[in-house]
Amino acid sequence: MTQTASRPTGTRAPLPLDVEAIRADFPILSRTVRDGKRLVYLDSGATSQKPRQVLDAERWFYENINAAPHRGAHQLAEEATGAYEAARATIGAFIGAPENEIVFTRNSTEAINLVAYALSNAATAKEPEFRTYAVGQGDEIVVTEMEHHANLLPWQQLCERTGATLRWLGLTDDGRLDLSDLGTVVNERTKLVAVTQQSNILGTINPLGDIVARAREVGALVLVDGAQSVPHQPVDVTALGADFLVFSGHKMLGPTGVGVLWGRYDVLDKLPPFLTGGSMIEVVRMEASTFAAPPQRFEAGVPMTAQVIGLAAGVEYLLRLGMDTVEEHEKALTAYALEKLAEIPGVTVIGPPDTVARGGAVSFTVEGIHPHDVGQVLDDRGIAVRVGHHCAWPVVRRYGVPATTRATFYVHTGYDDIDALADGIRAAQKFFGTV
Amino acid sequence: MQLESMYQEIILDHYKNPHGRGLREPFEAEVHHVNPTCGDEVTLRVHLGKDAAGDPVLSDVSYEGMGCSISQASVSAMYDLVIGKSVPQALETGDHFMTLMQAKGDPSVAEKLEDELEDAVAFAGVSKYPARIKCALMSWMALKDASARALSSAHPAAPTGGSTA
Repeated sequence: MTQTASRPTGTRAPLPLDVEAIRADFPILSRTVRDGKRLVYLDSGATSQKPRQVLDAERWFYENINAAPHRGAHQLAEEATGAYEAARATIGAFIGAPENEIVFTRNSTEAINLVAYALSNAATAKEPEFRTYAVGQGDEIVVTEMEHHANLLPWQQLCERTGATLRWLGLTDDGRLDLSDLGTVVNERTKLVAVTQQSNILGTINPLGDIVARAREVGALVLVDGAQSVPHQPVDVTALGADFLVFSGHKMLGPTGVGVLWGRYDVLDKLPPFLTGGSMIEVVRMEASTFAAPPQRFEAGVPMTAQVIGLAAGVEYLLRLGMDTVEEHEKALTAYALEKLAEIPGVTVIGPPDTVARGGAVSFTVEGIHPHDVGQVLDDRGIAVRVGHHCAWPVVRRYGVPATTRATFYVHTGYDDIDALADGIRAAQKFFGTV
Repeated sequence: MQLESMYQEIILDHYKNPHGRGLREPFEAEVHHVNPTCGDEVTLRVHLGKDAAGDPVLSDVSYEGMGCSISQASVSAMYDLVIGKSVPQALETGDHFMTLMQAKGDPSVAEKLEDELEDAVAFAGVSKYPARIKCALMSWMALKDASARALSSAHPAAPTGGSTA
């Protein structure tokens, strides 16, 4: 009798990335957690782990050229300025943007707040050109029900400050944007549409083309939240056609404390500053001051130089892998994860059920077990996932669940990680006696 | 396996068969508390009666909530502990529970509090997991809030918001 080795179920297409080689670049992946268990890191959507190349770049900066850029004429200041600006060019090229359209912020959240405050500051700006995009009573700002709190609260607050009205596009039952009323929600009163490219909780990739086209018809600005897309798929600002794109360095192999606001130069040029202070100025007098051109106008104070240089190293790492390949890699993992989760009775995926226009954020519920408890059992097995409302409370409310468990993937994720997740979910069901 | 140290059998029993669950009348105060990091919530009502000496006691604590096993078991164990106690006694028990939650898993703390906390001493394992302490404390925070409102108001209060953050 022939013995057939039991093969793991699920479709394992060969993965485009060499997971073992990549894991060797991430020092943290060699540590163990919870009594010697291998770390299965499925929380890259919250923050990514950092390869040695990024850590080395930061260390190199501090050990060799640490100085405040754009100040001082000594050699270190020159070299720090050169490295900082070279990093800006690298990061700009990554999204197809010229360097003078790249503004460094603390993270995506701050980048969105920068735009939101610039739009309300515009109303009282003394320079007429800075009032171009002023938002006030009678104007409307459009968001979607899918947004991360970071792309919702700044607009709610902008509306409260200015008397503008917040409107939003809803969601369909299968986790997509409901664009059936796009033509009325985005209208002649709309000043700006803020929309995520990839949902941090549902994984949905949104049809930005339709939204941008409608915004163009009515003359509204478009801000795209790329916090979950830029790290995981090729993004080109020219193809995107929006006016602003924001993303966070720490979600794309870079350090914490650095994010990016890309803005169309002619739009940035007509915006008043958000934060004011050193190095964003043209002429300063006691009575009044004038401001530098973008991007410096939006970078008050000594910038997060080492982090920017670290992020450029992260971008170079991603470019070596190729963003098309990164995207394909995650697509294969997502297909596999959706298949493995579908095999487990009681598990429901919240979000698109297949990989069509879908990224690698996989949220799910396990019948009879609260996500916190699922997460605790997984953690006990060394598996790091995110539990809760994922800073997208309206989304979980929309789908009638208190919270979800979310697994997110990245370049070092392999099929073994997803097998561990599936085994862990079954262990949770056994532990809580729901099966 | 560390899981059992946190999910004691007593906790799982309270979770599966909660004591005193459901919102009841009469009540003098109702509060709604949420844990903003995870969205767990509890609505809790307090009804004050009088003991033999005429001092106010917790005649009923009724609640509805949704959340993880720890938060739901905690409110159930709390119900058992506080019914019939005066408000100061109940709040003192809450202080003991807070001490237990700050024990970072130190078994000697749990031992000392066994008499005061009864079933609730089983939550000792939770204190090793900083992310879960808030789950266990949410109902106690709600009780403290509701008791204060009930004492300060002779009339049934309108539902009020609150946060344990």
